[in-house]
Amino acid sequence: MEERNRILKQVQNSRSPKVVLWWFFLVAACLKVLLFPSYRSTDFEVHRNWLALTHSLPLSQWYFDETSPWTLDYPPFFAYFERFLSFFANLVDQQIVHLQEGLNYSSNTVIYFQRATVILSDLCLLFGVYRMTKNLDSRRQMLICLLVIWSPMLFIVDHMHFQYNGFLIGILLISLSYLEEGRDVLGGLVFAALLCFKHLFLVAAPVYFVYLLRHYCRGGMLKGISRLLFLGAVVIAVIAAAFGPFIYLGQIHQVIHRMFPFGRGLCHAYWAPNFWVFYIILDKGLAFMLRKLGFKIPIPTASLTGGLVGDASPFSVLPQVTPLLTLTMVVLALSPCLIKAWKKPQQHMISRWIAYAYTCGFLFGWHVHEKASLHFVIPLAFVAVQTLNDARHYFLLSIVSCYSLFPLLFEAQEYPIKVLLLLLHSILMWLGFSAQFSDDNDTETSRTPAEKRVCLIGSTGKCYLAGLVVVEIWGQFLHPLFLGDKLPFLPLMLISIYCAFGIMYSWIWQLQSIVKSP
Amino acid sequence: MTKGKKITVNVDDCVDNCWRWLVQKGPAAIFVTVAVFALLVRAAVSLHPYSGAGHPPKFGDYEAQRHWMEITLNLPVREWYRNSTTNDLSYWGLDYPPVTAYQSFIHGLFLRFFHPDSVSLFSSRGHESYLGKLLMRWTVLSSDALIFFPAVIYFIIVYYNRHSKSHTTTSDTGWHTAMLLLNPCLILIDHGHFQYNCISLGLSTGAVAAILSGQNLFACVLYCLAINHKQMSIYFAPAFFSHLLGKSLKRKYPLLEVSKLGLVVLGTFAAVWWPYLYSVESILEVLSRLAPFERGIYEDYVANFWCASSTLIKWKKLFTTQSLKLLSLGATVLTCVPSMTQQIKSPSNKGFLYGLLNSSISFYLFSFQVHEKSILLPLLPASLLAVEEPFLFRWLMQFAMLSMFPLICRDGLIPAYLASFALLILIFYAPGQRRNEEINYYFSTRIMRLILCVLSFSLHIVYLVMRPPEKYPFLFEALIMNLCFSQFVLVALCTNFKQWMFKHVILELKEKKKKLN
Repeated sequence: MEERNRILKQVQNSRSPKVVLWWFFLVAACLKVLLFPSYRSTDFEVHRNWLALTHSLPLSQWYFDETSPWTLDYPPFFAYFERFLSFFANLVDQQIVHLQEGLNYSSNTVIYFQRATVILSDLCLLFGVYRMTKNLDSRRQMLICLLVIWSPMLFIVDHMHFQYNGFLIGILLISLSYLEEGRDVLGGLVFAALLCFKHLFLVAAPVYFVYLLRHYCRGGMLKGISRLLFLGAVVIAVIAAAFGPFIYLGQIHQVIHRMFPFGRGLCHAYWAPNFWVFYIILDKGLAFMLRKLGFKIPIPTASLTGGLVGDASPFSVLPQVTPLLTLTMVVLALSPCLIKAWKKPQQHMISRWIAYAYTCGFLFGWHVHEKASLHFVIPLAFVAVQTLNDARHYFLLSIVSCYSLFPLLFEAQEYPIKVLLLLLHSILMWLGFSAQFSDDNDTETSRTPAEKRVCLIGSTGKCYLAGLVVVEIWGQFLHPLFLGDKLPFLPLMLISIYCAFGIMYSWIWQLQSIVKSP
Repeated sequence: MTKGKKITVNVDDCVDNCWRWLVQKGPAAIFVTVAVFALLVRAAVSLHPYSGAGHPPKFGDYEAQRHWMEITLNLPVREWYRNSTTNDLSYWGLDYPPVTAYQSFIHGLFLRFFHPDSVSLFSSRGHESYLGKLLMRWTVLSSDALIFFPAVIYFIIVYYNRHSKSHTTTSDTGWHTAMLLLNPCLILIDHGHFQYNCISLGLSTGAVAAILSGQNLFACVLYCLAINHKQMSIYFAPAFFSHLLGKSLKRKYPLLEVSKLGLVVLGTFAAVWWPYLYSVESILEVLSRLAPFERGIYEDYVANFWCASSTLIKWKKLFTTQSLKLLSLGATVLTCVPSMTQQIKSPSNKGFLYGLLNSSISFYLFSFQVHEKSILLPLLPASLLAVEEPFLFRWLMQFAMLSMFPLICRDGLIPAYLASFALLILIFYAPGQRRNEEINYYFSTRIMRLILCVLSFSLHIVYLVMRPPEKYPFLFEALIMNLCFSQFVLVALCTNFKQWMFKHVILELKEKKKKLN
């Protein structure tokens, strides 16, 4: 009996929350190391160049350097982060941080070093997950690890394509965890820091503002205002820490100019699956029909697939879309959520709201990258373990948004890997959610051996996912077979249109769940 | 046997198992999950460089396999093993049995369909290209998925049906499947270094599973195919032979049983060798290709008896190849005898698995011309026994990896080596699991084991970082191999002893039961 208790204790110890988290992290890290030689995009060289320029140039020239076309266009904290990394890069191999000789440097050392920094910076994500799941039961915690730490999207974007999203989303999660605990000032502070790492996270700022205003700055006029001032001071201090040196040097204009490069088009080279895809298709369809009817419709000079758009409108019939219009639409889409946050700022709703804000930004934003879907898919994982309906929505959304990242890895070598990643994720998600919610249905006393079937996906969803497979098979096999080299953009266009339906559904679903929430 | 007493605690009963979500849907879901994960790991490893990448004129095993595809595609079957103006046997001549040749032919067809340049006669020698590498990698991936994976699942199903005793749980099934499919040595050699061990090992696993399920004839067919894919599969032959013989002798008509098995073996061999059966000469021609005795008793550095003892006794100088052949044959047979007699006397499923391990490790330690890659063969039965002998499995794996480390370094696979090994260890010690780490008194104390682990770890570092003294350029290799050899010998002793103890254990149990009654 004593022996038995000892073993049980060992088993209990071996599955303490921290052990489980580390285990998931390390398994993921192993797989990430295996992906070292995989395809890397120009973002790899971008970050190498930033290592070089932050290391070899004084602060005053960081935002002016044009040695490489990949100029520094992230906010200062990220530049400091690169400066920090470049210290180690210099120890590993001096050529990495050499401004001229390091250009397009691609030896094993630089690849191993940069890939390793991404893996290590994912510790931030691990900490975020730890903070978010501290008070959850072990099964939900494990499920979240599965969804977040083993997220195939992070593998694809960070560890193959090359970026530091895991790190940045980790900061977002830390901020959310503070808000959920009711430590509003810390939450705001971390979020402000996040904005100084990557300004694309700005979309959620209105939600943060309204929530903090109503949740933190309450309790009478005087107290409210003093709290508001305190919060503002904290946020300004963070921003000053980031931008201060550049303000001091009188370069703030240049920094802002770099951070918000105007002249980029509505859509990225590969259209992110958002609302504007429908707009473009509608425009093309209308133009085509009107031409058939005999109207003279000029073919727009600016190409939509080129990525860069000048002053000319890329649309032939519909009015041109301006950045201001997209901004208005984002704010409009956000407004129901802002109203909810204003009326009843609830701690447990904040992840949902923030995720919704990023969804809006993704759907209606200007020049959105497909990678931005990470910003809402990861936070939604924490929502997904709450109820069966959330899980159902997440199941579909996560598959669709992961699939929409497939065009990032266009080389044949990575094809099996991305397919297997998505497949594994879907299987684990299906197993995890089914177990979670069939257990929730059963009461502890009447746990029958016959499992209650959990319907994770309805027939419409099944058809939609089957369609995804069809789109993939068309793009990969049938299109080259039937059309050869003709219409090379068609497979990509199909993917973004098809995925846009899924994301639109997710947006409507999230909106509905927010509006209906008490 | 007090220390080795098994403590069986059903974790599922006592505490809420944290892997319940994974095992809830039953074994099929686990198989699919583990298989997809294992495939993903393989696909990721296959991104890494292969042996001899960018090293003309001979390149490496990758070029050998590609060259065989070229030869089998472009020459008639009878010419495959014959030296001629079109088939220069000194340049990676075919030296594996016919099933490998057929497999090369099929894979060659696949390559020719997508990328004819990579397998065209003469002009493709030393061919290296992005697409070529990709297609070659995919042939290994597909062979693995089509042969090794089903064989493992077949084994797991049979094994857990036979041994569905109280202490095996569904999460054990998952764990065991993962141990079999995530074997880092196999993954690195097949998908990194580039070989097709998955086929012969998969066929062997299938044969083992067939024997466990009582289908002896089917097992014979599979095992003969395995031998005909890679002659190294003969390492298992003593175990198969003795187990099947022992079983047949227990039957009513032993002679009939034996002759049935013999006929099946002969039939399979005849079918495989059919194109070469037209004359004795052609058979001898192929056979002489399969047994390259002229290459010496060992090549490079390998953790077997001959290489390890060569620091003291210069075998190659003292003896002629002829006498070394006899010596190694004698030593191998002698060390196999104990486990064989046990199986002939009292054949049992468990004893058979131990017998596989014992015979293959004897062959590895004592036979002629052993490669470092041959450690895969003893590792297979060790992983089949992983649930019974988790410690032994981990220990053998650890030193098998170390023994392959110099090879891995040459191939530039160090990140893959670290990651795949760490992955196995992580899954071995997955949270919420408890292995009955039956510590054997052979691996005496904890401190001893710790010292050995530290030693093997530091040898990795030393090998990577330090330069050997000029007088002894292979000093570190020799150190690594001697350490590995000592551990392999310990493992061999331990498993031989265990196999022998079975009978006693069973008798003891029976006596105990009688007493209780």
